[in-house]
Amino acid sequence: MQRSDVVVIGAGPAGMAAAATAAGHGASVTVLDEQSRPGGQIYRDVDRAGPARAAILGRDYLHGARLSGELRAAGITHIDGAEVWAIEGQGRVSYTRRGCAAQIEAGRLILATGALERPMPVPGWTLPGVMTAGAGQILLKQSGVLARRAVLVGCGPLLYLVAAQMVRAGTPPVALIETQTRHDLTGAARHMGGALRGWRHLAKGLRLLAEIRRAGVPRYTGARGIEIEGTDRAQAVICQSGGKTHRIACDTVLLHHGVVPNTQAARSIGVRHRWDAAQHCFAPVLDTWGGAEGAEALIAGDGAGIGGAVVAELSGRIAALRAVEQLGRITEGERDRLAAPLLRARGRERAVRPFLDAAYPPFAEALAPADSTIICRCEEVTAGDIRGYARLGCLGPNQAKAFGRPGMGPCQGRYCGLSVTGLLAQANGQTPDETGYMRVRPPLKPVTLGALAQMDGTGDGAR
Amino acid sequence: MKTVSPFLELEEKPRVGVTFEGERFELPEGENLAASLLAAGVRVFRRTPVSDAPRAPFCMMGACFDCLVEIDGVVRQACMIDVVDELEIVRPGAEAAKGTDDAAK
Ligand SMILES: Cc1cc2nc3c(=O)[nH]c(=O)nc-3n(C[C@H](O)[C@H](O)[C@H](O)COP(=O)(O)OP(=O)(O)OC[C@H]3O[C@@H](n4cnc5c(N)ncnc54)[C@H](O)[C@@H]3O)c2cc1C
Ligand code: FES
Repeated sequence: MQRSDVVVIGAGPAGMAAAATAAGHGASVTVLDEQSRPGGQIYRDVDRAGPARAAILGRDYLHGARLSGELRAAGITHIDGAEVWAIEGQGRVSYTRRGCAAQIEAGRLILATGALERPMPVPGWTLPGVMTAGAGQILLKQSGVLARRAVLVGCGPLLYLVAAQMVRAGTPPVALIETQTRHDLTGAARHMGGALRGWRHLAKGLRLLAEIRRAGVPRYTGARGIEIEGTDRAQAVICQSGGKTHRIACDTVLLHHGVVPNTQAARSIGVRHRWDAAQHCFAPVLDTWGGAEGAEALIAGDGAGIGGAVVAELSGRIAALRAVEQLGRITEGERDRLAAPLLRARGRERAVRPFLDAAYPPFAEALAPADSTIICRCEEVTAGDIRGYARLGCLGPNQAKAFGRPGMGPCQGRYCGLSVTGLLAQANGQTPDETGYMRVRPPLKPVTLGALAQMDGTGDGAR
Repeated sequence: MKTVSPFLELEEKPRVGVTFEGERFELPEGENLAASLLAAGVRVFRRTPVSDAPRAPFCMMGACFDCLVEIDGVVRQACMIDVVDELEIVRPGAEAAKGTDDAAK
């Protein structure tokens, strides 16, 4: 079987930085990522983007090219297109690549699986033509494809970024429907404290907004009653804003109200998770280094709690220092000395989060959708169904599966897990921690028998 | 079925021929399959096993499974595949698009 001192799952900023740091201390490193090229979400496909795309995507994006360059250092094997579907025992990782299964044994395991967009169940969100804003951005980053007539709906810095990128590309969105209110922003101001950095983020946001405004994109703020209209595809977004009801015709709807940690891999190995009230999601319980409670693994990046790309990169390096220390390649003293400036920088970056979290709270209607709104996209379970299970005595998401299969489709709860926990907690008057989350079991991704059959005794099938 | 696509492609690239539900499309070689089918005007990638509702790519990052298609008898996520010559793509059968959880137990 293949073996590496350090196995990193995820080639976003956290995973790339972790790999470079660990290899820099002489460890053999393997990075597995299901995408065909490195970069993760923020730096998706950065090595291939030509000058035209780079100009649209901006400076932050190009920083990723430096990181992906570090992946080519000696000692690092990057296995692209590798879907990790199981992690067992002492760091044995199973994955599928090009239809063949394979396994690798890790000395130390670093999970850097990033974030998912927060599920935004509103009426009509399953229609063709409705995507996440991140998906709209991936189309642009990865393929140079843009929606001609799109409405962006929701809140958060990423929504403005995508809108501004569409403006730069010459296809401005038809409208921006924003769910946050002026009150959210003024309320957030008290979190600024001494964190000047907050102003920098705010200024960046204001520059994006100015770009959007100059392009003449209509904005509807404090929007409520959001619905997507259409029978076999999205045709319009309905909303209330400024005391009026609006109907905005479009072909594409891009939804976004924040990102949440992708906890699938961590949960599958029994890492303990806790509800983070400020970020309104579950996050793994970790020590300073990213060491997980409940399993032998380090976790770095947005999968450890949402911190953004800079925090992801820093926490990747911090986790890697811990890994090489555990492997005996550096002493604890060296680890602490090398980590000190990184920890300070991470602390400064994190100081802005309370402000961002308060300025862009999740859309309340999507946290408590109308009874008829679909929650589980795969099995088409509605919010009313979940409330019905609660009336019948259902207390937790695992019990809910027995009532009506929410979370049992192919996405395994990635886009309904938080909604199911939220709805059951509301209905039963419990906290999200008391309600708990769906148990995640391997395979994390479907594996075919054919892929398993290709796995030879050495587990080296897919290289 | 070929309508004006709601999507625009910024760059011209060399194309190869694929079929989707028997219809021929010229897609950019080596590009993402889901993105290329969307840009080519394909609106419905699959229908749900529960209510036969139409679906198309939602997340573009391998998480939602709404982009499932069937290629050579295997159901796969179109957003995780690159375009190669001669792909024969169909909508997955109702059985094939079902969850994996049952099988995993
Ligand atoms: C769709 C989307 C778009 C975003 N765009 C931006 C942006 O433009 N600017 C910005 O500042 N922030 C953006 N963000 C926020 C983003 O989460 C962070 O900025 C940053 O990318 C986090 O880095 P990371 O290394 O923690 O994770 P990511 O960059 O998300 O990288 C995680 C990697 O893990 C891989 N992975 C996950 N599970 C598996 C598995 N089971 N098997 C194999 N590989 C796996 C994924 O393919 C991915 O490449 C975006 C987030 C999302 C979800
Ligand atoms: S579009 Fe979500 S998995 Fe492909």
